[in-house]
Parts: sequence; C-alpha cells; structure tokens
Amino acid sequence: MTGRFRWSILAAPLALIACSNTSEAPKSASADAPAEKPAKLNKDPYPSTYKPYPGVATAIRNVTIFDGEGGRIDNGVVFFAGDKIQSVGGPDTPIPADVAVFDGNGKFVTPGIIDIHSHLGDYPTPSVDAHDDGNEATSPTTPEVWAEHSMWPQDPGFSRALANGGITTLQILPGSANLMGGRSVVLKNVYARTVQGMKFPGAPYGLKMACGENPKRVYGARGRMPSTRMGNLAVNRQTWIKAQEYRKKRDSGKDYTRDIGMETLAGVLDGDITIQNHCYRADEMAIVLDMAKEFGYKVSTFHHAVESYKIADLLRDNGVCSAVWADWWGFKMEAYDAIPENAGILHNAGACVIIHSDDENQIQRLNQEAAKALSDARRMGFQISDADAIRWLTYNPAKAMGIDKMTGSLKPGKMADLVLWNGNPLSVYSRPEKVWVDGALLFDAADAKRRPVSDFELGQPGEGDVK
Amino acid sequence: MRHLLFAAAALAALASPANAETIAITGGKLVIGDGSAPIEGGTVVIRDGNVVTAGAGVAIPANARTIDATGKWVTPGVFAGFSRLGLSEVDAVNGTNDKSGGKSGFSAAIDVAPAIDPFRSPIAVNRSAGVTRAVVAPEAAGNIFAGQGAVMDLGSDSDAVTKARVFQFVELGENGAAAAGGSRSSSHLLFRAMLREAQDYATGRNAFDDELLRAEDAKALQAVLRGEQRLLVRVEAANDILRVLELKRDYPAIKMVLVGVSEGWRVADRIAAAGVPVIASALNDLPATFELLGATQSNIGRMKDAGVKVSIGMIDDRDSHQLRYTTQYAGNLVSLQKVPRATGLSWDEAFAAISSGPAEAIGMGDKIGSLKAGRVGDVVVWDGDPLELSSAPVAVFVDGVEQPLGNRQNRLRDRYRTPQEGSLPKAYEH
Repeated sequence: MTGRFRWSILAAPLALIACSNTSEAPKSASADAPAEKPAKLNKDPYPSTYKPYPGVATAIRNVTIFDGEGGRIDNGVVFFAGDKIQSVGGPDTPIPADVAVFDGNGKFVTPGIIDIHSHLGDYPTPSVDAHDDGNEATSPTTPEVWAEHSMWPQDPGFSRALANGGITTLQILPGSANLMGGRSVVLKNVYARTVQGMKFPGAPYGLKMACGENPKRVYGARGRMPSTRMGNLAVNRQTWIKAQEYRKKRDSGKDYTRDIGMETLAGVLDGDITIQNHCYRADEMAIVLDMAKEFGYKVSTFHHAVESYKIADLLRDNGVCSAVWADWWGFKMEAYDAIPENAGILHNAGACVIIHSDDENQIQRLNQEAAKALSDARRMGFQISDADAIRWLTYNPAKAMGIDKMTGSLKPGKMADLVLWNGNPLSVYSRPEKVWVDGALLFDAADAKRRPVSDFELGQPGEGDVK
Repeated sequence: MRHLLFAAAALAALASPANAETIAITGGKLVIGDGSAPIEGGTVVIRDGNVVTAGAGVAIPANARTIDATGKWVTPGVFAGFSRLGLSEVDAVNGTNDKSGGKSGFSAAIDVAPAIDPFRSPIAVNRSAGVTRAVVAPEAAGNIFAGQGAVMDLGSDSDAVTKARVFQFVELGENGAAAAGGSRSSSHLLFRAMLREAQDYATGRNAFDDELLRAEDAKALQAVLRGEQRLLVRVEAANDILRVLELKRDYPAIKMVLVGVSEGWRVADRIAAAGVPVIASALNDLPATFELLGATQSNIGRMKDAGVKVSIGMIDDRDSHQLRYTTQYAGNLVSLQKVPRATGLSWDEAFAAISSGPAEAIGMGDKIGSLKAGRVGDVVVWDGDPLELSSAPVAVFVDGVEQPLGNRQNRLRDRYRTPQEGSLPKAYEH
C-alpha cells in the first residue's frame, strides 16, 4: 500500500466543490461594476466556514504534559474551556468548579499532532484512478492550481489520522510532478461536507515546489523542458522573473489582466504565501536557497530533505526547516543517502526539525516516527529530551506553516487542540485515548460514537470498526 | 580506525562462512520465540552454527565463549515473513531492481535465488536492526504466477540463500485479476488451466498443449501440485479468501499459505477450519483498494483468536528496504490490547509472529525462527524490549557467527556528525 509516488501523470479534471452558501462570502471581483482602478484583490475567495464544535470545559490533572515547545510538566494540569487553552501548569494549578475533570495518572497530554505534508483528500483512499487528483501534471509550473479544489472531504484517511495518530491539523499539498505544483491548503482534521468546512481559519497558503528527479522525469519523458536539473532551475528562474514583473504591474495602480498563477507567485514575493519545497539532495537545497535570495523570497521548509543533515549549518543559518521522515531511504536515487540520524544531526546543529508523513499510513503514527528519530539521535550521543522530540510534531510544523500563534503548543489563549495518550507517545505501546479539536471532543477510544465514519464507509464492511 | 575494523571483519566473514565457535549468551531476558513467556536470566548455547539449548539453568560448556547479556534481551533473530529483500538496491533504478521478471515471458519458473545479492546495502541495514532471516518473494507482472521464492539469511557472507525454491507465489486478488486479463473469473480460470497444463506436462510431453505455460513453468509447478513446495497465495478481500479456500478443496495436495489477507477477520472461522496458515500485513487499516474495505489493525488479533495460524509479513510494503519495521509493527499489535474494542496480540504472541510463526507457515519451523535445540543460531542481543522504538541490537548472530553491525548509513552518519567542512573536504573523512 506504500511507495506510491505522488507524481502520476494522470490528469483528472478538478473536482469542483459546490459553492459555499455563507452570506458573508466576499464578492468576486467580476461582480463589481467596472471601476477606474482595479478592484481590490480578494485574497480569500473560498473562505473557511469551519467553526469549532461545542465543547465542555475540561481539566486533565495528574498527567504528564509535553507542551509542544520543549517543556515538560509532571503531575500537571491542563484546563481548557470555550475552545481555548486556559491554563497549563503543575499540580497546584487551580481547577474551576463545575468542569469535567479527568485523572491522567500514567497518561500524557500533547498538543494536537500536526502533519505538514499530507495528501489526504487529494490522493484519498480508495486509491483508484478517479481519485488521482494531486498532480496537475500537464505543465511544469502550475502555481494557478489550489489543492483545496481537488480535496475530497470524505477521505477515510482523516479518521485514521485522528484516531490512531492524534492529528488535529494538517497541510494538504499538491504532488511533486511539477516545479511549482500549486497552493496547499491547511485543514483542521474535522470532517465536513465541504472543504471550506475543514479549512483552518486564518492559515496562510503555501506554495508547493519540487526539486530533483520528479519534474525532470515527468517532463523529460515527454521531450519537453525540464529534462535535467539545470532545466529545473532555468524554468523556475524564468517563472520568478515573470512573477516579479507581474507584481510590479499589479502594484502600479494601472489596469492589468489577472493571472491566478502569478497571483500566487506574487503572494510568495509579498511574504503572504509560504514556500513548501520538496527537495531531497543537499546540493540542490543549497541552490534553491540562492534562488530564493535572487528573487527575494523565503523558503519555509524543505520537505523530505533526506540529505539535510549534510548542510545542517546552512539550513540553521538560513532559518529553514526540514520536514523529514525518520528513516525512509533507497526507493529512488535521490533518496539513496538518507540516514535515520537526519533529524538528530539537524536538531543537534540547531536547525529546525519537523517529522512529516507524506503517507496515509505513517500519518497514523508520526509520534512513533519521532520516537525512532529520537532514539537514533540519542544513540549517537546527542542529548535530546522527549519534550523536544514532541516539538518536531507540534510547534515546529505550526511555525513553518505560519499558524504557531494559534495552535502547536499548550499555551493559554491558543486553540484547545490536544491529545490525551494512554502512555508516553514516544512508546510503541501508546495510543490516543481522547482527541480534542478547538475544545470539542472528536475522538474518544472508549466511545464508539466519538469516532468519525466518512460517507464512503457507511454501509460498508467494517463501518465504525476500531481500525 | 573503527571503520577499518568494520571492513576487516566483513572481509574475514567472506573468507570463512562457517564458524565452529561455541557461544553461551547468559543472564539476559531470554525469548524463545515460540510464543512462550520470556525467561529472566536465561542462557542460550550455540555450537557449530546451531542452537544447542536455551532456557533457565542451562549448563555452559567449558569451551564456550561467554557473552554476558545481563540487563539485555536475547531473542531469535527477526524473521521477515514476506519481503523482497536482496532483490533491489534502489527501487527506481531499474538496473538494481530484480523484483519482477514479468517481461521475460516466464512465470512459475522464475526463481529469485540467483538474484538475491548479499552485498546489497539493505542487507546490512536490516541486519543491524535485528533481522536475520527473510522470506523473499518475486513480484508478479503479466501473470498470476510470480515464480519461486526463497528463504535467505542476512549474514555478512557471500552465501545468502538458506533454501531456494521454497514456495511458489501467485496473485489471486485485484492484482491477479489484472494480470489475468481483467477479472477474477479469468484469474481463477487461468489458475486452473495452468495447473491442468502442468499436470498434462507431467503425464507426457505429447499431451501438453503448451498454450499458457512454457515447459520450464510447467516443470516448476510440479512441486506445487505434489505438495512438495508451498503455494503462497496473495488475497485480501473476504470473498477472494473464500474462493481460494475452495480451490484448496479442489487441489487437496497443494500446501497453501495465504498472504496479505487484510479482510481475514471477516472469514476467520473458515480460514481456521481449512487449516491454512496466514502471513498477513500487520497495520493495514484503510480501504486502499476495494478489496481492503474491511481492513483493520485488529485483523491479526481476531484471526489469532479464531484459531488461525497467523504471522506478520510486509506485503508490497517497503518490502526491499524496511524490514526493520517488523518489530515496530509487532509492537503496534501489542498496543491494541489497551485500546477499547480492538484486538491485539500479547507480547509473546507478537514476537512469535515475527520469528517462529512465519517459519512454520513456510514449513521451516524445525530449522529456523526460534531458539529451540537444533534451530539455526540466529540470535540477537538487544539493549531493551525488542518491540520498543527506543531499542536496538547490540549483537547479532547469524548461523552462530557474530555479525558486523556497521552499514553505509552509519558511515554517512559519522562523516556528517559535524556537518561542516574541516581542514580538508568531507571527501577526505573516511
């Protein structure tokens, strides 16, 4: 069920989502009467309609807390109410009367787990050709496509990620067939009838870019550019030059013809859209960093980044995160030098580490992937705490996606996204017991009704099973 | 200097594959691998490459090299119940990938043994994670019959194949239907027709109509028909499982093993009644295809409870590089014991499912997979619970020979421990 590369050349029509029926939906530019000046650009034409579900003010006491920012509190108290974290502290932290109280003896609390690299919804299961919606592999640069317009909100994978992995937030990316694959969408891991109902309110967009083998293979095989790594760079640079010109035109105050691909690239140059760059080899990452400087944008995160360990200093100095697997290797040439100590060497050098999945199975055990990376790091003598490893799955990805002020750690005022584990989440023997999203209990291992079942699974064998 | 020693050890192992050393590993938490509970302070004695005895209060031979494993765990090496180990160095680099021979025009005759290469880097990587033995299957392409698989060891020597042509592998689920022309009707017809042709071949060359099988393929299927070679059948969906069990009724001599079996729990009683062993994927829980609609991580536990002889394999799941996941998968099945409504395995059952279980399923339980007397001396000493993510081997023995634990990944790790150029470029650090 694995090893499927996300670069299929099958191009399916975009799955058009039914219009959201909110009355506050901003008017589109074309609906306005002709104006002398271009209408102000609506940067959010498919706005989130997600609202937190009702929750009960809840305190968990006598529990081990990993706060997501590297802190650990033993015998701690977490209290949340009204969809926000209210207080986090030691055993003396006051618990108001009339709230639900759980005893967490022997259990652990972490922030909701965040996967910065998922294809749930745009490569959903069942993995049939008709669901192959992650790569618009008809042109090497497609910054005009948006992953949210491919999203199938009924992917059964969301429920597994929640129940087995404690995933509360995830970034859905286009695939890596293209140099510029399109916009990502950040979701709350809460089923909805529409993708708008899952969108994380206020999360910035990302632009998926890709280095290396995939783009040059997909387009080289068709006898067109790029067919080499130098071709990859040339196409990228030409496109960034166009984006700079477009941005100048856009800001000139004169009429111009909108180009939704260029809007995305200009958004990157504005600093509004983060760069999420699939890249395996160290030497290629170094070239991308120079390209970013050449055109005046910032790379948020290199994804997969199996050779980040070779240039950990460079990545640290440039403030770039590496979203990595614990130990994938050898499935293709550019993954040949992957080592299980990648995360450990990066962390030890002071660079930002994120553990990602890019996989509908491993998203269910990102905590275990972090534990393996931690163990391999310690085995080479690096002192890294359990709490620091949890940061790789919570605060660091939140920061890299620009949502760290809202989620990613257990701090008062942040979204009450949290997981109660039945043991240390870095043990193979632990599983989520309860998961809250914005203070709403959306998974409870003890309650079969608090387990989402997607439309696809209704009336099917195993409906509502433990999975 | 450490690296020089590693290289020297590897060369020495190449020169002398056999080792007549007597070794006693003492004081550890001893796991036999047969599903029994670990023995505190147990001892295992290996002589001439095989286990002599293992248990508590075992006498240590006078000439034995004694290894103190106090505070550690001692287990049989992990036996990967389904893999394509040794068949690929870099999956997407065709010249290094020998998993499938489908374009050759041959099917059942294909034999993975000559393609198993002990010098490929996944061998050393997985050996250092405690995997000592593996079932190696060919990948089907263009035919339901993929060919003959082997059992290999992960020792650092030039002879990896423990036994060639241990089993025949056939796909009878969605993959099989696709290979047979697009339907399960055609895959079952093809299965019966190919076996009939093989029988014709055996009764006289003249009667052999030679339409579906080449002579080499027909020859290869004789051992399956006679029950001398096991037939590993890949199926996932409940209905496919039942229909394959019917085939078993029509060919009573065939010794069948089911592989994959993600919906096995739905028909577990029938599998148990048929007495067919199962090598299953451990953690499939998504409807990745319509044949996996009912997939759940509780599958293995439920089959076990129904009386099915079930063990763990990695079926089309990182099957050439990541057999080191086997212990993690087994640990996950143990974790299910604490999940309401889920069915997992006890620790002892889980370890048996990655050691003696698959060995018994393929008919080699009397030779490998446990630390009972007479089994091969595949032993791993771990620094902690072998199913836990924080644990790793500190010593690995294959056929009674202590193995080097270094690999290419370690060399990269050590070179880049400090990821900065030194007084000379990194290329001079070796």
